Amino acid sequence: MSIIRVTVIDREGNPHELEAPTDMNMNVMELCKSAELPVEGTCGGMAMCASCHCYVESTHADSLPEKSDNEEDMLDEAFHVKDESRLGCQIQLADSLEGMVIRLAPVG
Amino acid sequence: METTFAAKLIMIQTDILIIGAGPCGLFTVFEAGLLKLKCHLIDALPQAGGQCAEIYPKKPIFDIPAYPEILAGDLVDQLMAQAAPFKPGFTLGERAETIIKDEEGQFVVTTNRGTVHRAPIIAIAGGLGCFEPRKPPVERLEDYEDHGVEYIIKDPEFYRGKKVVISGGGDSALDWTNFLADGVASEVTLVHRREGFRGHPDSVQKVLDLAAEGKIRLLTNGEVVGVAGEEHLQAITVKHKTEGEITVETDHWVPLFGLSPKLGPIADWNLNISKNAIEVDTFDYSTSVDGIYAIGDINTYPGKLKLILCGFHEATLMVQSAFKRIYPDKNLVLKYTTVNGVNGF
Repeated sequence: MSIIRVTVIDREGNPHELEAPTDMNMNVMELCKSAELPVEGTCGGMAMCASCHCYVESTHADSLPEKSDNEEDMLDEAFHVKDESRLGCQIQLADSLEGMVIRLAPVG
Repeated sequence: METTFAAKLIMIQTDILIIGAGPCGLFTVFEAGLLKLKCHLIDALPQAGGQCAEIYPKKPIFDIPAYPEILAGDLVDQLMAQAAPFKPGFTLGERAETIIKDEEGQFVVTTNRGTVHRAPIIAIAGGLGCFEPRKPPVERLEDYEDHGVEYIIKDPEFYRGKKVVISGGGDSALDWTNFLADGVASEVTLVHRREGFRGHPDSVQKVLDLAAEGKIRLLTNGEVVGVAGEEHLQAITVKHKTEGEITVETDHWVPLFGLSPKLGPIADWNLNISKNAIEVDTFDYSTSVDGIYAIGDINTYPGKLKLILCGFHEATLMVQSAFKRIYPDKNLVLKYTTVNGVNGF
């Protein structure tokens, strides 16, 4: 499979069903940007700005790779952080993420 | 303070005033220098290099032509060396605040610290904007700014004999906790979201030791969610993961959550702006205001790519247009550096 479906819930609570290619070396931040969702991706995906902070709400949260130190450090500087918090730029789109649901964290 | 006072008395005059000393601003100095135009740069950060120096100096960049790999910090050093023959001036650690056009049609730009600059041409190379402290989303926080809530510790003596709460898990939070706990503040509390700290291992150990000795109060797995007090801050509320809400009486709260970029005062300069970026004409990267250009990550146009190498191209075309604006009667011939070398000032 090279296309998966990912649901992104925006900050107003509206779900967006997106089709995501898994063979383009893309991450969740880039997927959101390409769908013109309000994700800045300020640092370009280096886990250095937290503008792509999101919550993984589906059970995929358990099977994602562990947070790197960089990601954990950046989440230290973010706000509204919860257990299911991740940086979208650190989640690579893969076939195993079919059906994943993520919610954009509040800005600020 | 003396430098600030002195700066107020001097007006810095230049040909191209560059707002932002990142890679794009620095390369502008070189390209302008080839045309015998002098540059001065203003940057809110205390050092040149923009994001490359502030956020990721040790990260390799792979898409700079002719460099298969170069560290961002090294790229800045090389750009500084390339610009050096043209003796750029710098106003660092100050934010370009206001702009007016004087009676001779030159722009006068004043910083937040009162330094005045004057130039016929402005090149905004502001990248993502100015880096400002990240402010936690706590209700009524702004009511206590400068009344007990500070985002930067400028002078530790300010906290002598006071109760201080610091938030954050990085080096600055750890270092200031250690410093203030060493006989400066009367009480120090450090609040951090999780158990682990990402700072220097020595600083982390020192904080843990101080906590074990009862010299500081360490509240991990917590975050500050409330501020209270009459006019001045008197207490903060910490939401703890397991213990619920804890109130800590304090004179000061210093949240240290790093810096994030904001477009800043440039947003009020009457330029056409779309999605936090300045609209430009790709002919010469001019903005909607005559004499003001915008290059690099801060501009937008159809097909825009936020890449350093695109910023270099934009800077090169922009200075040609700037030259013609300053010297409308002079002919400009493109000269190759391989023929003429680089003749500095």
